[in-house]
Amino acid sequence: MMTMTDLAHRTWRRRSTRKELALWLGWLLLVALFVFCWQVMTESTIWAFVTDAPRQAADIGSRMFPPRWEYIPALLEPLWDTLNIATLGTLLALFMAVPVAFMAARNTTPSTRFVRPVALLIIVASRSINSLIWALLLVAVIGPGVMAGIVAIALRSIGFVAKLLYEAIEEIDEAQVEAVAATGASKAQVMDYAVVPQILPAFAGITVFRWDINIRESTVLGLVGAGGLGLRLQESLNVLAWPQVTVIFILILITVLVSEWVSAKVRHAII
Amino acid sequence: MLRLKDLSKVYATGDRALTDVSLTVEPGQVVGLIGPSGAGKSTLIRCINRLVEPTSGQVYLGDMDITGLSRGGLRRARRRIGMIFQEYALVERLTVMENVLSGRLGYVGFWRSFFRKFPPASIENAYRLLDRVGLSDHVNKRADALSGGQRQRVGIARALEQDPDLLLIDEPTASLDPKTSRQIMRLIVEICDERGLPAIINIHDVALAQQFVRRVIGLQSGRVVFDGSPDELTADVLTQIYGEEDWSATIRKADEDGEDIDEDADHPGTVPVDRERLAGLT
Repeated sequence: MMTMTDLAHRTWRRRSTRKELALWLGWLLLVALFVFCWQVMTESTIWAFVTDAPRQAADIGSRMFPPRWEYIPALLEPLWDTLNIATLGTLLALFMAVPVAFMAARNTTPSTRFVRPVALLIIVASRSINSLIWALLLVAVIGPGVMAGIVAIALRSIGFVAKLLYEAIEEIDEAQVEAVAATGASKAQVMDYAVVPQILPAFAGITVFRWDINIRESTVLGLVGAGGLGLRLQESLNVLAWPQVTVIFILILITVLVSEWVSAKVRHAII
Repeated sequence: MLRLKDLSKVYATGDRALTDVSLTVEPGQVVGLIGPSGAGKSTLIRCINRLVEPTSGQVYLGDMDITGLSRGGLRRARRRIGMIFQEYALVERLTVMENVLSGRLGYVGFWRSFFRKFPPASIENAYRLLDRVGLSDHVNKRADALSGGQRQRVGIARALEQDPDLLLIDEPTASLDPKTSRQIMRLIVEICDERGLPAIINIHDVALAQQFVRRVIGLQSGRVVFDGSPDELTADVLTQIYGEEDWSATIRKADEDGEDIDEDADHPGTVPVDRERLAGLT
Protein backbone atom coordinates (compact mmCIF):
# COMPACT_ATOMS: atom_id res chain seq x y z
CA MET A 1 0.00 0.00 0.00
CA MET A 2 1.15 3.47 -0.79
CA THR A 3 0.90 6.10 1.87
CA MET A 4 0.47 9.83 1.42
CA THR A 5 4.14 10.54 1.97
CA ASP A 6 5.11 8.06 -0.75
CA LEU A 7 2.81 9.79 -3.17
CA ALA A 8 4.44 13.14 -2.49
CA HIS A 9 7.88 11.77 -3.30
CA ARG A 10 7.14 9.98 -6.53
CA THR A 11 9.64 11.05 -9.17
CA TRP A 12 9.51 10.53 -12.87
CA ARG A 13 12.41 10.25 -15.30
CA ARG A 14 12.22 9.79 -19.02
CA ARG A 15 15.29 7.51 -19.10
CA SER A 16 17.01 5.22 -16.65
CA THR A 17 20.51 6.14 -15.43
CA ARG A 18 22.03 3.55 -17.72
CA LYS A 19 20.28 4.91 -20.78
CA GLU A 20 21.21 8.45 -19.78
CA LEU A 21 24.89 7.48 -19.64
CA ALA A 22 24.68 5.67 -22.96
CA LEU A 23 23.16 8.74 -24.53
CA TRP A 24 25.96 10.99 -23.26
CA LEU A 25 28.55 8.50 -24.44
CA GLY A 26 26.95 8.49 -27.88
CA TRP A 27 27.18 12.29 -28.09
CA LEU A 28 30.77 12.20 -26.92
CA LEU A 29 31.72 9.71 -29.64
CA LEU A 30 29.98 11.84 -32.24
CA VAL A 31 31.97 14.94 -31.21
CA ALA A 32 35.20 12.92 -31.20
CA LEU A 33 34.47 11.64 -34.68
CA PHE A 34 33.84 15.18 -35.89
CA VAL A 35 37.15 16.41 -34.49
CA PHE A 36 38.97 13.47 -36.03
CA CYS A 37 37.41 14.05 -39.44
CA TRP A 38 38.27 17.73 -39.27
CA GLN A 39 41.89 16.80 -38.67
CA VAL A 40 42.00 14.36 -41.60
CA MET A 41 40.45 16.97 -43.84
CA THR A 42 42.81 19.83 -42.94
CA GLU A 43 45.91 17.61 -43.03
CA SER A 44 45.75 17.02 -46.79
CA THR A 45 44.55 20.48 -47.68
CA ILE A 46 46.94 22.77 -49.50
CA TRP A 47 46.05 26.04 -47.87
CA ALA A 48 47.63 28.15 -50.58
CA PHE A 49 44.91 26.98 -52.96
CA VAL A 50 42.16 27.58 -50.45
CA THR A 51 43.23 31.12 -49.68
CA ASP A 52 43.52 31.66 -53.40
CA ALA A 53 39.95 30.46 -54.02
CA PRO A 54 38.10 33.81 -54.00
CA ARG A 55 40.52 35.26 -56.58
CA GLN A 56 40.16 32.18 -58.83
CA ALA A 57 36.39 32.24 -58.57
CA ALA A 58 36.33 35.92 -59.43
CA ASP A 59 38.58 35.22 -62.40
CA ILE A 60 36.35 32.48 -63.85
CA GLY A 61 33.33 34.60 -63.03
CA SER A 62 34.69 37.52 -65.00
CA ARG A 63 35.43 35.29 -67.98
CA MET A 64 31.86 33.88 -67.90
CA PHE A 65 30.37 37.31 -68.49
CA PRO A 66 28.82 38.49 -70.66
CA PRO A 67 27.06 35.27 -71.76
CA ARG A 68 27.36 34.48 -75.45
CA TRP A 69 23.67 34.64 -76.37
CA GLU A 70 24.36 33.86 -80.04
CA TYR A 71 25.14 30.32 -78.88
CA ILE A 72 21.47 29.62 -78.05
CA PRO A 73 20.35 28.39 -81.53
CA ALA A 74 23.06 25.73 -81.45
CA LEU A 75 21.64 24.55 -78.11
CA LEU A 76 18.03 24.05 -79.14
CA GLU A 77 18.54 20.62 -80.65
CA PRO A 78 20.52 19.24 -77.67
CA LEU A 79 17.86 20.72 -75.40
CA TRP A 80 15.19 18.82 -77.32
CA ASP A 81 17.33 15.68 -76.96
CA THR A 82 17.61 16.27 -73.23
CA LEU A 83 13.84 16.57 -72.85
CA ASN A 84 13.35 13.41 -74.90
CA ILE A 85 15.89 11.49 -72.87
CA ALA A 86 14.13 12.46 -69.65
CA THR A 87 10.59 11.81 -70.87
CA LEU A 88 11.17 8.61 -72.83
CA GLY A 89 13.48 7.32 -70.11
CA THR A 90 10.76 7.92 -67.51
CA LEU A 91 8.13 6.16 -69.64
CA LEU A 92 10.39 3.19 -70.25
CA ALA A 93 11.09 3.00 -66.52
CA LEU A 94 7.35 3.03 -65.72
CA PHE A 95 6.69 0.01 -67.94
CA MET A 96 9.27 -1.98 -66.04
CA ALA A 97 8.76 -0.50 -62.58
CA VAL A 98 5.01 -1.16 -62.24
CA PRO A 99 5.25 -4.97 -62.43
CA VAL A 100 8.33 -4.89 -60.19
CA ALA A 101 6.43 -2.81 -57.61
CA PHE A 102 3.50 -5.24 -57.55
CA MET A 103 5.93 -8.14 -57.14
CA ALA A 104 7.77 -6.34 -54.34
CA ALA A 105 4.74 -5.24 -52.29
CA ARG A 106 3.98 -7.71 -49.53
CA ASN A 107 0.24 -7.65 -50.11
CA THR A 108 0.30 -8.20 -53.88
CA THR A 109 3.38 -10.31 -54.50
CA PRO A 110 2.74 -13.80 -55.89
CA SER A 111 5.31 -15.24 -53.50
CA THR A 112 7.05 -13.64 -50.53
CA ARG A 113 9.79 -16.24 -50.58
CA PHE A 114 10.85 -16.31 -54.23
CA VAL A 115 9.42 -13.44 -56.26
CA ARG A 116 9.68 -10.68 -53.66
CA PRO A 117 13.46 -10.98 -53.05
CA VAL A 118 14.07 -10.86 -56.81
CA ALA A 119 11.96 -7.73 -57.15
CA LEU A 120 13.74 -6.11 -54.21
CA LEU A 121 17.10 -7.01 -55.74
CA ILE A 122 16.11 -5.33 -59.01
CA ILE A 123 15.12 -2.23 -57.06
CA VAL A 124 18.36 -2.10 -55.06
CA ALA A 125 20.54 -2.79 -58.11
CA SER A 126 18.86 -0.03 -60.08
CA ARG A 127 19.05 2.47 -57.24
CA SER A 128 22.63 1.79 -56.23
CA ILE A 129 24.10 2.90 -59.54
CA ASN A 130 23.97 6.57 -60.50
CA SER A 131 22.56 7.39 -63.94
CA LEU A 132 25.89 8.93 -64.93
CA ILE A 133 27.56 5.57 -64.35
CA TRP A 134 24.75 3.71 -66.11
CA ALA A 135 25.34 6.09 -69.03
CA LEU A 136 29.08 5.44 -69.01
CA LEU A 137 28.44 1.70 -69.24
CA LEU A 138 25.74 2.08 -71.86
CA VAL A 139 27.79 4.39 -74.07
CA ALA A 140 30.33 1.59 -74.14
CA VAL A 141 27.65 -1.02 -74.89
CA ILE A 142 25.16 0.78 -77.17
CA GLY A 143 27.46 3.51 -78.40
CA PRO A 144 27.22 7.25 -77.81
CA GLY A 145 23.97 9.09 -78.41
CA VAL A 146 20.45 9.68 -77.16
CA MET A 147 19.59 5.97 -76.95
CA ALA A 148 22.24 5.35 -74.30
CA GLY A 149 20.87 8.32 -72.34
CA ILE A 150 17.28 7.05 -72.46
CA VAL A 151 18.23 3.59 -71.27
CA ALA A 152 20.49 5.00 -68.56
CA ILE A 153 17.68 7.19 -67.21
CA ALA A 154 15.24 4.30 -67.41
CA LEU A 155 17.50 1.88 -65.56
CA ARG A 156 18.15 4.35 -62.77
CA SER A 157 14.46 5.27 -62.49
CA ILE A 158 13.08 1.73 -62.22
CA GLY A 159 14.32 1.34 -58.67
CA PHE A 160 13.15 4.77 -57.59
CA VAL A 161 9.64 4.44 -59.03
CA ALA A 162 9.23 0.79 -57.99
CA LYS A 163 10.35 1.48 -54.43
CA LEU A 164 8.00 4.40 -53.85
CA LEU A 165 5.17 2.61 -55.64
CA TYR A 166 5.49 -0.63 -53.69
CA GLU A 167 5.49 1.34 -50.46
CA ALA A 168 2.27 2.99 -51.60
CA ILE A 169 0.79 -0.43 -52.45
CA GLU A 170 1.65 -1.75 -48.99
CA GLU A 171 -0.12 1.21 -47.39
CA ILE A 172 -3.50 0.73 -49.05
CA ASP A 173 -6.64 0.19 -47.02
CA GLU A 174 -7.12 -3.59 -46.94
CA ALA A 175 -10.79 -3.24 -46.01
CA GLN A 176 -11.54 -2.06 -49.55
CA VAL A 177 -9.66 -5.04 -50.96
CA GLU A 178 -11.55 -7.37 -48.65
CA ALA A 179 -14.88 -5.85 -49.69
CA VAL A 180 -14.24 -6.30 -53.41
CA ALA A 181 -12.90 -9.84 -52.90
CA ALA A 182 -16.03 -10.67 -50.89
CA THR A 183 -18.21 -10.05 -53.97
CA GLY A 184 -16.58 -13.00 -55.73
CA ALA A 185 -14.29 -10.86 -57.88
CA SER A 186 -11.21 -12.47 -59.45
CA LYS A 187 -7.68 -11.50 -58.45
CA ALA A 188 -7.27 -9.28 -61.51
CA GLN A 189 -10.59 -7.57 -60.79
CA VAL A 190 -9.62 -6.97 -57.17
CA MET A 191 -6.44 -5.26 -58.46
CA ASP A 192 -8.43 -3.14 -60.88
CA TYR A 193 -11.24 -2.18 -58.49
CA ALA A 194 -9.63 -2.08 -55.06
CA VAL A 195 -5.86 -1.65 -55.41
CA VAL A 196 -5.35 0.55 -58.49
CA PRO A 197 -7.79 3.32 -57.48
CA GLN A 198 -6.01 3.60 -54.15
CA ILE A 199 -2.50 3.93 -55.56
CA LEU A 200 -3.33 6.08 -58.59
CA PRO A 201 -2.59 9.43 -56.89
CA ALA A 202 0.71 8.13 -55.55
CA PHE A 203 1.58 6.73 -58.97
CA ALA A 204 0.94 10.04 -60.70
CA GLY A 205 2.89 11.94 -58.06
CA ILE A 206 5.87 9.59 -58.26
CA THR A 207 5.90 9.72 -62.05
CA VAL A 208 6.04 13.49 -62.37
CA PHE A 209 8.49 13.70 -59.50
CA ARG A 210 10.85 11.26 -61.23
CA TRP A 211 10.37 13.01 -64.58
CA ASP A 212 11.35 16.24 -62.90
CA ILE A 213 14.51 14.63 -61.47
CA ASN A 214 15.29 13.02 -64.83
CA ILE A 215 15.26 16.38 -66.62
CA ARG A 216 18.04 17.51 -64.29
CA GLU A 217 19.95 14.26 -64.59
CA SER A 218 19.72 14.14 -68.38
CA THR A 219 21.34 17.58 -68.66
CA VAL A 220 24.63 16.10 -67.47
CA LEU A 221 24.48 12.72 -69.23
CA GLY A 222 26.11 14.30 -72.29
CA LEU A 223 29.29 14.68 -70.25
CA VAL A 224 29.94 10.99 -70.87
CA GLY A 225 28.64 11.06 -74.43
CA ALA A 226 25.02 10.06 -73.90
CA GLY A 227 23.53 12.99 -75.85
CA GLY A 228 21.73 16.17 -74.83
CA LEU A 229 22.87 19.48 -73.37
CA GLY A 230 25.74 17.88 -71.46
CA LEU A 231 27.49 17.18 -74.76
CA ARG A 232 27.64 20.91 -75.51
CA LEU A 233 28.66 21.62 -71.93
CA GLN A 234 31.63 19.31 -72.25
CA GLU A 235 32.65 20.79 -75.61
CA SER A 236 32.53 24.31 -74.23
CA LEU A 237 34.46 23.36 -71.09
CA ASN A 238 37.14 21.67 -73.19
CA VAL A 239 37.83 24.81 -75.17
CA LEU A 240 37.44 27.06 -72.12
CA ALA A 241 34.53 28.86 -73.77
CA TRP A 242 33.19 30.25 -70.49
CA PRO A 243 30.57 32.59 -71.99
CA GLN A 244 28.99 29.54 -73.68
CA VAL A 245 29.03 27.62 -70.38
CA THR A 246 27.07 30.47 -68.82
CA VAL A 247 24.40 30.24 -71.52
CA ILE A 248 24.11 26.48 -70.97
CA PHE A 249 23.76 26.99 -67.23
CA ILE A 250 21.02 29.56 -67.73
CA LEU A 251 19.22 27.24 -70.15
CA ILE A 252 19.39 24.33 -67.69
CA LEU A 253 18.09 26.58 -64.95
CA ILE A 254 15.11 27.64 -67.05
CA THR A 255 14.37 24.06 -68.11
CA VAL A 256 14.42 22.80 -64.56
CA LEU A 257 12.21 25.68 -63.44
CA VAL A 258 9.67 24.87 -66.14
CA SER A 259 9.70 21.14 -65.35
CA GLU A 260 9.26 21.90 -61.67
CA TRP A 261 6.30 24.11 -62.47
CA VAL A 262 4.74 21.47 -64.74
CA SER A 263 5.14 18.67 -62.20
CA ALA A 264 3.72 20.83 -59.43
CA LYS A 265 0.69 21.56 -61.62
CA VAL A 266 0.18 17.91 -62.53
CA ARG A 267 0.50 16.74 -58.96
CA HIS A 268 -1.94 19.38 -57.81
CA ALA A 269 -4.44 18.39 -60.49
CA ILE A 270 -4.36 14.67 -59.70
CA ILE A 271 -4.10 14.41 -55.96
CA MET B 1 -30.45 -21.61 -45.15
CA LEU B 2 -27.11 -21.22 -43.42
CA ARG B 3 -25.72 -23.85 -41.09
CA LEU B 4 -22.50 -23.66 -39.09
CA LYS B 5 -21.18 -26.89 -37.65
CA ASP B 6 -18.53 -26.91 -34.90
CA LEU B 7 -16.81 -23.90 -36.40
CA SER B 8 -13.50 -23.03 -34.73
CA LYS B 9 -10.81 -20.53 -35.49
CA VAL B 10 -7.37 -20.27 -33.94
CA TYR B 11 -5.25 -17.45 -35.32
CA ALA B 12 -1.57 -17.93 -36.11
CA THR B 13 -0.81 -15.90 -32.98
CA GLY B 14 -2.48 -18.66 -30.94
CA ASP B 15 -5.56 -16.57 -30.14
CA ARG B 16 -8.65 -18.72 -29.98
CA ALA B 17 -11.32 -16.64 -31.66
CA LEU B 18 -14.08 -19.23 -32.09
CA THR B 19 -14.74 -22.50 -30.33
CA ASP B 20 -17.20 -25.05 -31.71
CA VAL B 21 -19.82 -22.62 -32.91
CA SER B 22 -22.88 -24.38 -34.30
CA LEU B 23 -25.98 -22.55 -35.38
CA THR B 24 -28.60 -22.45 -38.09
CA VAL B 25 -30.10 -19.41 -39.76
CA GLU B 26 -33.47 -20.10 -41.36
CA PRO B 27 -34.49 -18.56 -44.70
CA GLY B 28 -35.58 -14.96 -44.25
CA GLN B 29 -34.31 -14.78 -40.68
CA VAL B 30 -32.38 -11.75 -39.48
CA VAL B 31 -30.04 -12.60 -36.63
CA GLY B 32 -28.31 -10.09 -34.39
CA LEU B 33 -24.93 -11.23 -33.14
CA ILE B 34 -23.98 -9.45 -29.93
CA GLY B 35 -21.01 -9.76 -27.65
CA PRO B 36 -18.11 -7.75 -26.24
CA SER B 37 -15.20 -6.59 -28.39
CA GLY B 38 -12.95 -9.53 -29.12
CA ALA B 39 -15.70 -12.10 -28.62
CA GLY B 40 -15.21 -13.32 -32.18
CA LYS B 41 -18.19 -11.65 -33.91
CA SER B 42 -16.17 -10.38 -36.87
CA THR B 43 -14.24 -13.64 -37.12
CA LEU B 44 -17.48 -15.58 -37.17
CA ILE B 45 -19.00 -13.78 -40.13
CA ARG B 46 -15.66 -13.67 -41.96
CA CYS B 47 -15.37 -17.44 -41.59
CA ILE B 48 -18.66 -17.82 -43.45
CA ASN B 49 -17.32 -16.35 -46.70
CA ARG B 50 -13.77 -17.38 -45.81
CA LEU B 51 -12.23 -13.93 -45.72
CA VAL B 52 -10.86 -15.65 -42.64
CA GLU B 53 -10.07 -19.36 -43.07
CA PRO B 54 -11.75 -21.39 -40.33
CA THR B 55 -9.43 -23.79 -38.54
CA SER B 56 -12.03 -26.54 -38.29
CA GLY B 57 -15.74 -27.11 -38.72
CA GLN B 58 -18.10 -26.63 -41.65
CA VAL B 59 -20.21 -23.86 -43.12
CA TYR B 60 -23.16 -24.95 -45.24
CA LEU B 61 -25.05 -22.53 -47.47
CA GLY B 62 -27.99 -24.62 -48.62
CA ASP B 63 -26.37 -27.96 -49.40
CA MET B 64 -23.00 -26.53 -50.31
CA ASP B 65 -20.09 -26.93 -47.91
CA ILE B 66 -18.28 -23.60 -48.29
CA THR B 67 -15.32 -24.72 -46.21
CA GLY B 68 -14.52 -27.49 -48.69
CA LEU B 69 -14.58 -25.33 -51.82
CA SER B 70 -11.68 -24.76 -54.21
CA ARG B 71 -10.65 -21.21 -55.10
CA GLY B 72 -12.96 -21.02 -58.10
CA GLY B 73 -15.78 -22.61 -56.16
CA LEU B 74 -15.28 -20.15 -53.34
CA ARG B 75 -15.46 -17.26 -55.78
CA ARG B 76 -18.80 -18.56 -57.08
CA ALA B 77 -20.06 -19.06 -53.53
CA ARG B 78 -19.02 -15.53 -52.55
CA ARG B 79 -21.20 -14.15 -55.34
CA ARG B 80 -24.20 -15.43 -53.37
CA ILE B 81 -23.10 -13.82 -50.10
CA GLY B 82 -23.40 -10.06 -49.75
CA MET B 83 -21.31 -8.31 -47.14
CA ILE B 84 -21.72 -4.93 -45.47
CA PHE B 85 -18.85 -3.49 -43.46
CA GLN B 86 -18.28 -1.39 -40.38
CA GLU B 87 -16.32 1.44 -42.03
CA TYR B 88 -18.31 0.95 -45.24
CA ALA B 89 -15.21 -0.36 -47.08
CA LEU B 90 -16.21 1.45 -50.24
CA VAL B 91 -13.50 2.09 -52.79
CA GLU B 92 -13.19 5.76 -51.93
CA ARG B 93 -11.88 7.01 -55.25
CA LEU B 94 -14.47 5.25 -57.38
CA THR B 95 -17.91 6.65 -58.08
CA VAL B 96 -21.04 5.50 -56.29
CA MET B 97 -22.15 3.63 -59.42
CA GLU B 98 -18.81 1.86 -59.80
CA ASN B 99 -18.98 0.80 -56.17
CA VAL B 100 -22.47 -0.59 -56.61
CA LEU B 101 -21.57 -2.34 -59.87
CA SER B 102 -18.57 -3.95 -58.22
CA GLY B 103 -21.19 -6.25 -56.69
CA ARG B 104 -21.45 -7.85 -60.13
CA LEU B 105 -17.71 -8.49 -60.58
CA GLY B 106 -18.13 -12.20 -59.97
CA TYR B 107 -20.39 -12.43 -63.02
CA VAL B 108 -18.45 -10.27 -65.47
CA GLY B 109 -15.18 -11.01 -67.27
CA PHE B 110 -12.07 -8.99 -66.51
CA TRP B 111 -12.01 -6.83 -69.63
CA ARG B 112 -15.70 -5.99 -69.46
CA SER B 113 -15.24 -4.89 -65.85
CA PHE B 114 -12.01 -3.07 -66.75
CA PHE B 115 -13.83 -0.96 -69.35
CA ARG B 116 -16.83 -0.64 -67.01
CA LYS B 117 -19.07 -2.31 -69.62
CA PHE B 118 -21.56 -4.02 -67.36
CA PRO B 119 -24.67 -5.75 -68.75
CA PRO B 120 -27.63 -3.35 -69.08
CA ALA B 121 -29.64 -5.47 -66.65
CA SER B 122 -26.99 -4.97 -63.95
CA ILE B 123 -26.92 -1.23 -64.53
CA GLU B 124 -30.71 -1.11 -64.48
CA ASN B 125 -30.69 -3.02 -61.21
CA ALA B 126 -28.03 -0.72 -59.76
CA TYR B 127 -30.20 2.32 -60.52
CA ARG B 128 -33.17 0.61 -58.89
CA LEU B 129 -31.15 -0.16 -55.78
CA LEU B 130 -29.79 3.37 -55.56
CA ASP B 131 -33.38 4.61 -55.76
CA ARG B 132 -34.33 2.15 -53.04
CA VAL B 133 -31.61 3.35 -50.65
CA GLY B 134 -32.32 6.99 -51.55
CA LEU B 135 -29.15 7.88 -53.42
CA SER B 136 -30.42 8.44 -56.96
CA ASP B 137 -28.98 11.97 -56.93
CA HIS B 138 -25.46 10.80 -56.14
CA VAL B 139 -24.83 8.20 -58.85
CA ASN B 140 -21.73 9.82 -60.29
CA LYS B 141 -20.27 11.28 -57.12
CA ARG B 142 -17.10 9.80 -55.76
CA ALA B 143 -17.67 7.67 -52.68
CA ASP B 144 -15.42 9.87 -50.55
CA ALA B 145 -17.71 12.83 -51.20
CA LEU B 146 -20.57 11.22 -49.29
CA SER B 147 -21.51 11.35 -45.61
CA GLY B 148 -21.27 8.28 -43.37
CA GLY B 149 -24.91 7.33 -43.63
CA GLN B 150 -24.87 7.78 -47.41
CA ARG B 151 -21.75 5.64 -47.71
CA GLN B 152 -23.34 2.84 -45.76
CA ARG B 153 -26.30 3.03 -48.13
CA VAL B 154 -23.90 2.55 -51.02
CA GLY B 155 -22.46 -0.41 -49.12
CA ILE B 156 -25.96 -1.88 -48.81
CA ALA B 157 -26.65 -1.32 -52.52
CA ARG B 158 -23.35 -2.99 -53.43
CA ALA B 159 -24.23 -6.06 -51.38
CA LEU B 160 -27.72 -6.23 -52.89
CA GLU B 161 -26.39 -5.79 -56.41
CA GLN B 162 -24.94 -9.27 -55.94
CA ASP B 163 -28.51 -10.54 -55.64
CA PRO B 164 -27.32 -12.55 -52.66
CA ASP B 165 -28.86 -15.48 -50.81
CA LEU B 166 -27.34 -14.32 -47.55
CA LEU B 167 -26.19 -11.03 -46.05
CA LEU B 168 -23.26 -10.77 -43.65
CA ILE B 169 -23.28 -7.43 -41.89
CA ASP B 170 -20.36 -6.39 -39.72
CA GLU B 171 -21.15 -3.58 -37.26
CA PRO B 172 -23.15 -1.57 -39.81
CA THR B 173 -23.76 1.33 -37.46
CA ALA B 174 -20.55 1.54 -35.44
CA SER B 175 -19.38 4.67 -37.26
CA LEU B 176 -22.77 6.37 -37.41
CA ASP B 177 -24.73 8.71 -35.15
CA PRO B 178 -27.76 7.31 -33.27
CA LYS B 179 -30.36 8.60 -35.69
CA THR B 180 -28.51 7.47 -38.81
CA SER B 181 -27.82 4.14 -37.10
CA ARG B 182 -31.52 3.55 -36.66
CA GLN B 183 -32.28 4.57 -40.23
CA ILE B 184 -29.61 2.21 -41.57
CA MET B 185 -30.77 -0.67 -39.37
CA ARG B 186 -34.36 -0.08 -40.42
CA LEU B 187 -33.35 -0.05 -44.07
CA ILE B 188 -31.40 -3.30 -43.73
CA VAL B 189 -34.20 -5.08 -41.89
CA GLU B 190 -36.83 -3.83 -44.33
CA ILE B 191 -34.82 -4.93 -47.33
CA CYS B 192 -34.17 -8.37 -45.84
CA ASP B 193 -37.88 -8.62 -45.25
CA GLU B 194 -38.81 -7.53 -48.79
CA ARG B 195 -36.54 -10.16 -50.27
CA GLY B 196 -36.88 -12.89 -47.70
CA LEU B 197 -33.14 -12.56 -47.23
CA PRO B 198 -31.44 -14.15 -44.23
CA ALA B 199 -28.81 -12.00 -42.53
CA ILE B 200 -26.36 -12.04 -39.67
CA ILE B 201 -25.78 -8.63 -38.17
CA ASN B 202 -22.86 -8.05 -35.82
CA ILE B 203 -23.83 -5.30 -33.52
CA HIS B 204 -22.59 -4.13 -30.20
CA ASP B 205 -25.39 -1.77 -29.42
CA VAL B 206 -27.72 -4.06 -27.47
CA ALA B 207 -30.62 -1.61 -27.58
CA LEU B 208 -30.37 -1.38 -31.34
CA ALA B 209 -30.33 -5.17 -31.66
CA GLN B 210 -33.39 -5.48 -29.44
CA GLN B 211 -35.19 -2.89 -31.48
CA PHE B 212 -34.62 -4.41 -34.90
CA VAL B 213 -34.02 -8.15 -34.88
CA ARG B 214 -36.14 -11.10 -33.84
CA ARG B 215 -33.35 -13.43 -32.88
CA VAL B 216 -30.25 -12.58 -30.90
CA ILE B 217 -27.17 -14.71 -30.53
CA GLY B 218 -24.76 -13.81 -27.76
CA LEU B 219 -21.10 -14.59 -28.23
CA GLN B 220 -18.62 -14.64 -25.38
CA SER B 221 -14.96 -15.58 -25.85
CA GLY B 222 -15.73 -17.38 -29.08
CA ARG B 223 -18.63 -19.44 -27.74
CA VAL B 224 -22.38 -19.08 -28.18
CA VAL B 225 -23.77 -18.33 -24.72
CA PHE B 226 -27.22 -17.09 -25.68
CA ASP B 227 -29.61 -17.78 -28.52
CA GLY B 228 -33.12 -16.51 -28.26
CA SER B 229 -35.59 -13.69 -28.81
CA PRO B 230 -34.64 -10.13 -27.87
CA ASP B 231 -37.24 -10.15 -25.08
CA GLU B 232 -35.27 -12.83 -23.30
CA LEU B 233 -32.27 -10.53 -23.01
CA THR B 234 -32.49 -10.00 -19.29
CA ALA B 235 -29.92 -8.40 -17.05
CA ASP B 236 -28.69 -11.88 -16.14
CA VAL B 237 -28.16 -12.83 -19.76
CA LEU B 238 -26.35 -9.59 -20.53
CA THR B 239 -24.12 -10.15 -17.53
CA GLN B 240 -23.33 -13.59 -18.84
CA ILE B 241 -22.38 -12.17 -22.25
CA TYR B 242 -20.65 -8.95 -21.31
CA GLY B 243 -19.84 -9.28 -17.62
CA GLU B 244 -21.08 -7.51 -14.52
CA GLU B 245 -22.67 -4.11 -15.17
CA ASP B 246 -25.86 -2.23 -14.35
CA TRP B 247 -28.04 -3.25 -17.31
CA SER B 248 -31.32 -1.68 -16.26
CA ALA B 249 -30.83 1.42 -18.38
CA THR B 250 -29.81 -0.59 -21.44
CA ILE B 251 -32.85 -2.80 -21.34
CA ARG B 252 -35.32 -0.04 -20.67
CA LYS B 253 -33.72 2.13 -23.34
CA ALA B 254 -34.69 -0.31 -26.05
CA ASP B 255 -38.33 0.07 -25.19
CA GLU B 256 -38.44 3.81 -24.81
CA ASP B 257 -35.87 4.85 -27.36
CA GLY B 258 -38.00 5.20 -29.87
CA GLU B 259 -39.35 5.48 -33.15
CA ASP B 260 -38.77 9.16 -33.34
CA ILE B 261 -38.00 9.05 -36.99
CA ASP B 262 -40.15 9.14 -40.10
CA GLU B 263 -43.07 6.86 -40.84
CA ASP B 264 -42.95 4.79 -37.70
CA ALA B 265 -43.60 7.69 -35.38
CA ASP B 266 -47.26 6.99 -35.01
CA HIS B 267 -46.92 3.42 -33.81
CA PRO B 268 -46.62 3.56 -30.05
CA GLY B 269 -46.05 0.61 -27.79
CA THR B 270 -43.17 -1.21 -26.23
CA VAL B 271 -42.60 -3.70 -29.01
CA PRO B 272 -40.70 -2.02 -31.85
CA VAL B 273 -42.73 -1.72 -34.95
CA ASP B 274 -40.36 -3.34 -37.39
CA ARG B 275 -40.18 -6.49 -35.40
CA GLU B 276 -43.94 -6.65 -35.28
CA ARG B 277 -44.29 -6.13 -38.99
CA LEU B 278 -41.59 -8.64 -39.78
CA ALA B 279 -43.10 -11.22 -37.48
CA GLY B 280 -46.40 -10.92 -39.27
CA LEU B 281 -44.79 -11.57 -42.61
CA THR B 282 -42.86 -14.70 -41.85
